[in-house]
Amino acid sequence: MQLHGWGRYPRIDSEQLEPASIEFVQAIINDKGFRDSVIPRGGGRSYGDSALARNVISTRFLDSFLQFNEEHGTIRCGAGVTIEHLLRVAIPKGYFAPVLPGTRFVTIGGAIAADIHGKNHQRDGSFCDHIERFSLLLASGEVLECSREENVEAFVATCGGMGLTGIVLEASLKLEKVPSITIRRESLVSANLGECIELIEKHQASKYSVAWLDCQAKGEMLGRSVLHLAEHEECGSQEFRKRWGPTVPFSTPAFLLNKYSTKLFNNALYSLRKKTAGVKIVNYDSYFFPLDNIKHWNRVFGRKGFMQYQLVVPTDSAKVALTEILKLVADSGKGLVVSVLKKFGESNENLLSFPSAGYTLTLDFKNEPTVFALLDRLDQIVLAHGGKLYLAKDARMSENVFKNSYNNWEKFVEIKNALDPDCKFASLQSKRIGLTSQV
Amino acid sequence: MKILLIGATSAIAKAVARIYAERHASFYLLARNEERLKELADDLIVRGAAAINSQVLDLTDTTSHAEVIQNAHKALEELDIALICHGTLPDQESCESDFAQAEKALNVNGLSVVSLCTEVSKILKVQGSGTLAVITSVAGDRGRQPNFVYGAAKSMVSTYLQGLRGKLLPYNVHVIDIRPGLVDSPMTAGFEKGPLWSTPELVAGKVVRSIDSKKHTVYVPGYWRIIMAFVASIPEFIFKRLKI
Repeated sequence: MQLHGWGRYPRIDSEQLEPASIEFVQAIINDKGFRDSVIPRGGGRSYGDSALARNVISTRFLDSFLQFNEEHGTIRCGAGVTIEHLLRVAIPKGYFAPVLPGTRFVTIGGAIAADIHGKNHQRDGSFCDHIERFSLLLASGEVLECSREENVEAFVATCGGMGLTGIVLEASLKLEKVPSITIRRESLVSANLGECIELIEKHQASKYSVAWLDCQAKGEMLGRSVLHLAEHEECGSQEFRKRWGPTVPFSTPAFLLNKYSTKLFNNALYSLRKKTAGVKIVNYDSYFFPLDNIKHWNRVFGRKGFMQYQLVVPTDSAKVALTEILKLVADSGKGLVVSVLKKFGESNENLLSFPSAGYTLTLDFKNEPTVFALLDRLDQIVLAHGGKLYLAKDARMSENVFKNSYNNWEKFVEIKNALDPDCKFASLQSKRIGLTSQV
Repeated sequence: MKILLIGATSAIAKAVARIYAERHASFYLLARNEERLKELADDLIVRGAAAINSQVLDLTDTTSHAEVIQNAHKALEELDIALICHGTLPDQESCESDFAQAEKALNVNGLSVVSLCTEVSKILKVQGSGTLAVITSVAGDRGRQPNFVYGAAKSMVSTYLQGLRGKLLPYNVHVIDIRPGLVDSPMTAGFEKGPLWSTPELVAGKVVRSIDSKKHTVYVPGYWRIIMAFVASIPEFIFKRLKI
């Protein structure tokens, strides 16, 4: 069947297996003489080609909880459990996920593979910082228990390792105790990028922090944005809530998204957010998962799909680098609607994890032939400032760019070769960026 | 709330159980595979289930049904909902060439369900309350070339339930026939999935809503009622030529 990531580019013909239990996953790995590479897949929410290969093993039916220690807040569950289900269980007991991505449809296995981050990285680190241990199915069929004490090399390679070391079957996670899940949000308007960075620096103590940025604004207004700071309310709801919203039933014609319409939309969004500035009590799902409400929102970008481009640059050069990037993007008129700016805290010891101290900017681009040259130019700016790109979003980075920005890639390959000597696990992405051989 | 779940490790049953677990229901689970049953029991406890008992058994062994259902009743003390979910999707071609295969399919999907309904009905009648819900299939609405053995078994159950519903009415017992369309679950692993396919979670949500609101015959998703009405209305001289 044809498979693609959340960005709907690229697409590949692949055989997708959906084993109903751990025994079936093991049986598949043991029995099946795969002619081509295999990659595990969770919720299919990575944007590019990191969960694409000729053979895909979906963890969607490994979605059981095993144990919940309500006293310590540790929970053990299958790799296919989604953030949504985690919250369903955690919230009524006064707990919350320590790190939340922008969508509740991500699985625990996927969250480990991409070592995902949230709007609180500066304070709480990334997802894998809260993982206590997990069991990893290797290409040999052996199951390895990995933690910071046991099989440490496999642990640091698998966290953020994009599924290339094996298949995470089960994981133990430490939840966070919160007073309530009602969110007190403060919106601060900034007229340009410089002001926005100043505001972020000034409010570093805030629990959650994210800036929505108008990537079409130019000149004096370059990088104008609205910063959303947030805290949990002391008294508030302890109830899981799910919103229901509209579905995008089919791909909208791509030409509807052009320079003019996106500029209009960016303007409108900025004005709207500017108007709602100040303090507001909001529900957690609208704060953390603003787009989940619209099913299949990725279809808005047309049949050919889109690319999300997420970069991080060190704090010192952030203003210069981001100004250069935003200028290029604004002049090209190709930036779409969702642009997000956040500050990361220190990086962890995981070899391929994305977050590292600095500023991270996320931009969306429609998949069209001319956008690739623009992104190549952005790559050079990112590289020049010692930054890197997020593998879970990437669909086109070159091997050269990857190897010049991820300093630990050689160490990763060494561990990967020890865990998977025949290189059974590989994705389109790992082949493209030279983490696994091309064939 | 006390729930008897038969064929508990099927994808739909699992998804239904998870919804009731959040409502802190007590369960008695019946299924064939011990490990999967244990996994489900742990999962439901984490999700909020009040209590869980279970028994491993081969549901095609109808001689054991009376005792098994008695045990379940004893463990639960009362029975609010009995949901029968088990089934297999046989290979139509081999059923046509080998009656043993057809017989097996009819036993699993048809006769064993009737036997279980019989035992559950006895208990609900005495109790004077409760809901019996059975997962059948849209395949039972008309015998179609690709799966008429499976369809025949499901249609037998649907017809049986229609009569049983009336019989149990004076006893304040409600009977629901749930007919899912194409469901993307491990049972249909080998199929190419299209836009008409739904997920076990979606079906489960509708099952629970139907039980809550005491529906009679439920198509899941609802558009299957229209599709099957259309299929049923095709004149036989055309229909016999269709390989749908």
